[in-house]
Amino acid sequence: MRHIISILIENEAGALSRVAGLFSARGYNIESLCVAPTVDETLSRMTLVTRGDEQIIEQIIKQLNKLIDVIKVQDMADAPHIERELMLIKVQAVERYREEVYRLAEIFRGQIIDVSETSYTIQMVGPGHKLDAFLSALGDIPVVEIVRSGALGIARGPRGMSVPEA
Amino acid sequence: MELSGGQILVECLKAEGVEAVFGYPGGAVLHIYDALFQQEQVQHILVRHEQGAVHMADGYARATGKPGVVLVTSGPGATNAVTGIATAHMDSIPLVVITGQVPTSLIGNDAFQEVDSVGITRPCVKHNFLVKDVRDLAETMKKAFYIATTGRPGPVVVDIPKDVTDPRVLIPFEYPQSVSLRSYHPTVKGHSGQIRKAVDLIVNAERPMIYSGGGVVLGRAAEQLTRFARLLNYPITNTLMGLGAYPASDRQFLGMLGMHGTYEANMGMHHCDVLIAIGARFDDRVTGNLAKFCPTAKIVHIDIDPASISKNVVVDVPIVGSVKSVLEEMLPLIEDAGGAKQKEAIAAWWAQIEQWREMRCLDYKTNGEVIKPQYVVQKVWEITKGDAFVASDVGQHQMWAAQYYGFDKPNRWLNSGGLGTMGFGLPAALGAKFAFPDEEVVCVTGEGSIQMCTQELSTALQYHLPIKVVSLNNRYLGMVRQWQEFFYSGRYAMSYMEALPDFVKLAESYGHVGMRIEKASDVEGALREAFAMRDRLVFMDFQTDPTENVYPMVPAGAGLNEMILV
Repeated sequence: MRHIISILIENEAGALSRVAGLFSARGYNIESLCVAPTVDETLSRMTLVTRGDEQIIEQIIKQLNKLIDVIKVQDMADAPHIERELMLIKVQAVERYREEVYRLAEIFRGQIIDVSETSYTIQMVGPGHKLDAFLSALGDIPVVEIVRSGALGIARGPRGMSVPEA
Repeated sequence: MELSGGQILVECLKAEGVEAVFGYPGGAVLHIYDALFQQEQVQHILVRHEQGAVHMADGYARATGKPGVVLVTSGPGATNAVTGIATAHMDSIPLVVITGQVPTSLIGNDAFQEVDSVGITRPCVKHNFLVKDVRDLAETMKKAFYIATTGRPGPVVVDIPKDVTDPRVLIPFEYPQSVSLRSYHPTVKGHSGQIRKAVDLIVNAERPMIYSGGGVVLGRAAEQLTRFARLLNYPITNTLMGLGAYPASDRQFLGMLGMHGTYEANMGMHHCDVLIAIGARFDDRVTGNLAKFCPTAKIVHIDIDPASISKNVVVDVPIVGSVKSVLEEMLPLIEDAGGAKQKEAIAAWWAQIEQWREMRCLDYKTNGEVIKPQYVVQKVWEITKGDAFVASDVGQHQMWAAQYYGFDKPNRWLNSGGLGTMGFGLPAALGAKFAFPDEEVVCVTGEGSIQMCTQELSTALQYHLPIKVVSLNNRYLGMVRQWQEFFYSGRYAMSYMEALPDFVKLAESYGHVGMRIEKASDVEGALREAFAMRDRLVFMDFQTDPTENVYPMVPAGAGLNEMILV
């Protein structure tokens, strides 16, 4: 099953490679990984998408918690949450495709952020499956380039992910 | 007090009560060595290879329970140390390994003797640090010792660029009194609800089995474990790493379990209804085929590392906490419950176990004057009254030492159980001898393993560490040969050692005493003669039976009840 795991980690050199190294060393897969500093700039927030059965996910969370730099780990699947991913996609937009791309972008609530005589670049935000649906809706319209951020997740409700009291 | 980085480092070691550093100098650590040279409190043991330094510190740590400290230079100094670091990591041994690094201005420039030590060691340490500013040095050292020795212990590498220890840069020094890491809070106390649940299961067991591991030794809980087992009168088996945590001479002890475990221990595991795992991690050499492991058991698992719980085997009652603290909480609860409740069932279970024991699975056939390796270990046990520190290398001799040297005390059996590092034995024995100069320290090895760290015989002479080396020389890489005999139709690919050195002369050339023993009737006399030489390192080259195998054996893929007995 697909899981989104959020990690608060010390914002230090090598922190990312500790997490990435753990996954490769133990044979866990990483579908996507996003990392950036938080409001507290001594902390980084990582969002990691992985797949595995219950036991593997449990091990992943335990092993992440075992890393000395990791402050908190949360499996987004444990509670209601929102998932978003950013995709930038450049497609050929010539002749009959030009109108079609425009229309599809509109339907999927994408924004056209760059235009040339032969292409549109569309920005789209949504859960991963929505972005996938857009890609398949494009059908035979030639795609020049895709950049995806990987998923980000945040829990619903008033509570945030914070550093636990010592 | 204004000090340089080199001096600060030495002061940190003093503040941590470090009595010795095992190391090897080189360019990047010269400032540190200069600071070490100008004081007398922290001794330095000069090894002959950095791998030896780490194993020595490791042997010291295993024998004393205190962290071992290593100092090596950058580049090859650090890479040579990696095998030792990984060895300590797999067995959760507390080490602080200081590696020199090229100056910060050169990092990333492919400088002379530069290697990304933090990157290389990352997967085989508990944690590591690169200190880029001398002002961070003292705090980093404090954290390093704290992390290495708390929770599930392990090695911590501190990589220090040369400019950080520059004698011309002086800063105020004060060693931090305490340390707190917001991201690291090991759980010591077990969950009381879980403990009660476990006790309920434990006292109601009909066919119980205690399976304890290295965590009991590391957690200094041998006494609590012994009280626990005796209070319940339950059978107990130890893992390779846990030997000595429960007295081997006790009636309740069934010997080691696992691939080369005893018949009674493995059958007990297979048929038990409640398995009490204490500081053990369900290693593949212990469980055999997971699908066939303890098919009828409810499992209680006490471990300080939550990641060890339900990693290989899903357990029924997990308890995260230090073994000592959890057992201490359990003992009064068991007493209140009146101990084991199913007295009749337990008596029947013991009767069954005694039947298994009657198989006498560790008996072996003697053959005239051919030296049986098991016999040598038994005689070593006899002569040292079962009270020596025994370091072993890796292979058949390791298993024979584990099977035939009955340890009654913890911290006396020093072996590379997790990583299985050949070359570990000699330096580990030297580390233990350094810590306990008045105790008998034996290195049980083979002609293959000993050649992976023989150079440390020189260190032994320099620092007067008169251990006894018992080499079970069968001219084969015995464990490899055994697997080739069983599973490769006797095609002994590259497992025969030709052109062996004359070990007597080798020992003598290093300034020690060498002996070659070829007949079974000479074994005891030779051992007595060797152990009588209290002040000399004696290397005993026993020419043992080349065809002897380690039994019992659970072949890979089999269940614990499917043993090859002889």
